Amino acid sequence: MKISRRRFILASAVAGGGLLVGYAATRPSKHRVANNTLASGDEKFVTNFIKIDPDNEITIYVLHSEMGQGIHTSLAQMAADELDANWEDVRVEQAPALDLYAANDMINGFAEEYGLPNFLKGMVEALSPAIAGMANLQITGGSASIRYTGQHGMRYAGAAAREMLIQCAAEQWGVAASECTTELSHVHHNASGRSLSYGELTAAAAELEPPSDPVLKDRSQFNIMGKAISRVDIPAKVDGTAEFGLDHHSDDMLYAAIRLAPVFGTKLVSVDATEALQRRGVKRVIELEDSVAVVADNYWRAKEALKLVKSEFESSENDNISSADIAARFDTELASSDGDKDFEQGDADAGLEAAADVIEASYRVPYLAHAPMEPMNCTVHIHDGRADLWTSTQDPLSMRGRVASVAGLSEDNVTHHPSYCGGGFGRRLPFNWNVIDHATKIAMEFDVPVKTVFSREDDMQQDYYRPAVFSNFRGGLDASGNVTTWHNRFTGPIQVPGASHIPYAIANQSIRVVDGETHVPIAAWRSVDHSQQTFFIESFMDELAHRAGKNPYQFRMDLLNDHPRHQRVLRTAAEAAGYGQNLPEGHALGLSIQESFGSICAQVAEVSIEANGQPRVHKVTAAIDCGWAVNPDGVESQVESGIIFGLSAALYGEISIENGRVAQNNFPDYEMVRMATSPEIDVHIIESGEALGGLGEPATPPIAAAVTNAIYILTGQRVRELPIRKHKLNPSPSLASV
Amino acid sequence: MATFKVNGVEHTVDVEADMPLLWVLRDELGMTGTKFGCGIASCGACTVHVNGSAVRSCVLPVSAVEGQDITTIEGLAQQARTASTAVGTFTPTSQLSAVQQAWIDHQVPQCGYCQSGMIMAVSSLLASNPNPSDAEIDASINNVCRCGSYPRVRRAIRSITA
Repeated sequence: MKISRRRFILASAVAGGGLLVGYAATRPSKHRVANNTLASGDEKFVTNFIKIDPDNEITIYVLHSEMGQGIHTSLAQMAADELDANWEDVRVEQAPALDLYAANDMINGFAEEYGLPNFLKGMVEALSPAIAGMANLQITGGSASIRYTGQHGMRYAGAAAREMLIQCAAEQWGVAASECTTELSHVHHNASGRSLSYGELTAAAAELEPPSDPVLKDRSQFNIMGKAISRVDIPAKVDGTAEFGLDHHSDDMLYAAIRLAPVFGTKLVSVDATEALQRRGVKRVIELEDSVAVVADNYWRAKEALKLVKSEFESSENDNISSADIAARFDTELASSDGDKDFEQGDADAGLEAAADVIEASYRVPYLAHAPMEPMNCTVHIHDGRADLWTSTQDPLSMRGRVASVAGLSEDNVTHHPSYCGGGFGRRLPFNWNVIDHATKIAMEFDVPVKTVFSREDDMQQDYYRPAVFSNFRGGLDASGNVTTWHNRFTGPIQVPGASHIPYAIANQSIRVVDGETHVPIAAWRSVDHSQQTFFIESFMDELAHRAGKNPYQFRMDLLNDHPRHQRVLRTAAEAAGYGQNLPEGHALGLSIQESFGSICAQVAEVSIEANGQPRVHKVTAAIDCGWAVNPDGVESQVESGIIFGLSAALYGEISIENGRVAQNNFPDYEMVRMATSPEIDVHIIESGEALGGLGEPATPPIAAAVTNAIYILTGQRVRELPIRKHKLNPSPSLASV
Repeated sequence: MATFKVNGVEHTVDVEADMPLLWVLRDELGMTGTKFGCGIASCGACTVHVNGSAVRSCVLPVSAVEGQDITTIEGLAQQARTASTAVGTFTPTSQLSAVQQAWIDHQVPQCGYCQSGMIMAVSSLLASNPNPSDAEIDASINNVCRCGSYPRVRRAIRSITA
């Protein structure tokens, strides 16, 4: 892949600048700033993530957005455990959109791991100068919150606060700090039988500088980490009180319904709003560069009036582009270009020439929408040279900055009011600006709050999509059925490095990427490039196994001898699924494995074919090595979620392009797994004790190939194009013995 | 004009007869627990009870609920409290309905956006069929949950059925 100069400078500056220990990056102590700006009464911040009041109530500030991954709970567990807090007295608060709570630990973590992945690089570049710009990101993404912010930020914050509280107690008692212990939000001096609550010490502790190198607990000392603690956000989500961005309400607010240019990148030419303006409740019809919006006193009124607005958008060279044209372009690109190097090893050309058997296969997956359950929305209130902002987002700081820049305000004069996110999956990241920009421009026309809402149709047709990718393979086998060569050409761009790389011991590899850019806007979609690449890799691995006459499980295990963690994960999933044992008549097991975002996940899908020629996924058995589990129930629920998200895409998901625009409108033509089609899911967590891995994404990539590999066993049909629903499957006698 | 009860409280609203109940609740009454998901009765995020039966409020004209009793997610706990008080078993921990409590016990919600509708749909099913088969659950509960809480929804239902 291409490494930009900016990326190189950034990575080396971070690596050389001593910023890599996350906690150190928070110095000089930000808790003084927090105490000046966020504390009231006698409560005090002891480190900027932890606030303690005199009654010993502890508030932990979580900088990442809660969008269902349970991050408010698990990050608080990490800080609270190191603090030796009494969990009963811990509250969790979403950290505000202030530089104080930028996700520095996460950015540093990414810089160390990848340089920076493209989806972050764009953000950092736009917020240059590079290093200073990092202070302006508060991103939740990349399955990074626990492994970076948690491991390098929250744990150190908890440990540091604990040491500060001990120091104050020791000074007060005139004893050595080493004689003091902590438990349940109290410091004890056992020799004298004295105790003080953290609340009694907080005022003094807040005056200290946090220690530069606090000592973390050993895993054997954990009291709160490693436990399936109930999520703090769930009670509000069962009684209707949880507030999402779309739920902000005030009696004086107005609502905007919007029609954006249907062909991406085109501009509005003319509008006739005569009829719409006659409708009850309609205040204004606003023309923007690429859209027209109706503002009314109720969203339904705005939406109904918008139907009466006649609008014309400019024509463009993309007006006649369809999915078939894009496919033809990708095929041409793959046929005519050798692309850019992604990974090379050995001599793939020579390997193919020498091979006893060469097999070729072409795979393709379509564009996909994110379709979070909460449609895109943004409420902005511009008044008195300031702006208030309500929007569900994966990066409040960036949204604040964007609104400020669109409205011509200083960032300090924009306040983001936090809310839960009704799903994110990458849709609510920076650079997916459309609803934010439109809402801000519309609100600039009023002095009351204006809530701009995308209908589900807008949401589906004005997304930033998971890229469609084509991937062509050639594999070489020697006379004994050993794989000698892996040759892969796929359409880009590469959004996250390494997704197309394989863990398998194959001597000759050539993996190269060709241009896959079209006029369709793209962005990170849950697991970024891994959902496409894992389908390709794990399907083609299965093709090679069957061609070599080998059992797909043993075939993989033999090629993973250098990766014992992978072997253990695959073995655990296979054994738990009963791989190799008798199955009900007409059922088969397909398997798949992938490492992504620091975790390794294997899945075994039990599948049969229904009378309508479609697969039925009965059960998915998953094993995941995420190092260790901060909250085991949270791990299980993220694996369940990732599997179902990936299964919806594999079975049904397709965004197609007709006349330059998206053809799908709403859920009926972008179907999801529902109760009736949801498999039983059995999750096995492997506590390897290795570095923490991510969880929001790693369970999404493997499922597609696990299902299609089972379909091959049942039908002899190799599904090389998703979604599966496009294929008519024929139940037939098993071709393989598994 | 339309007059109806929401969670036991009578409301009269001056809106068009064809305005869907969802937008009356959210934008006119400021009751935002009921969610907008698709606008075409496909996803179920907007599910409320009309006289105890689950209805998708995004396509239900307000004129259709004239004089009717509507329960939203905000009223579910209150309704359960009233019912349990009647039999003298009220305790502070029983403020939630059995379905809501099962949702907590089994940690069902993730992002939670669809769960108002999911809980209303399940509550209605269990009120009319206290021990549904898996096939009956599948046929009755076809709400979309993008986070994939379905296995836990089933587990939570099973924990409170006979």
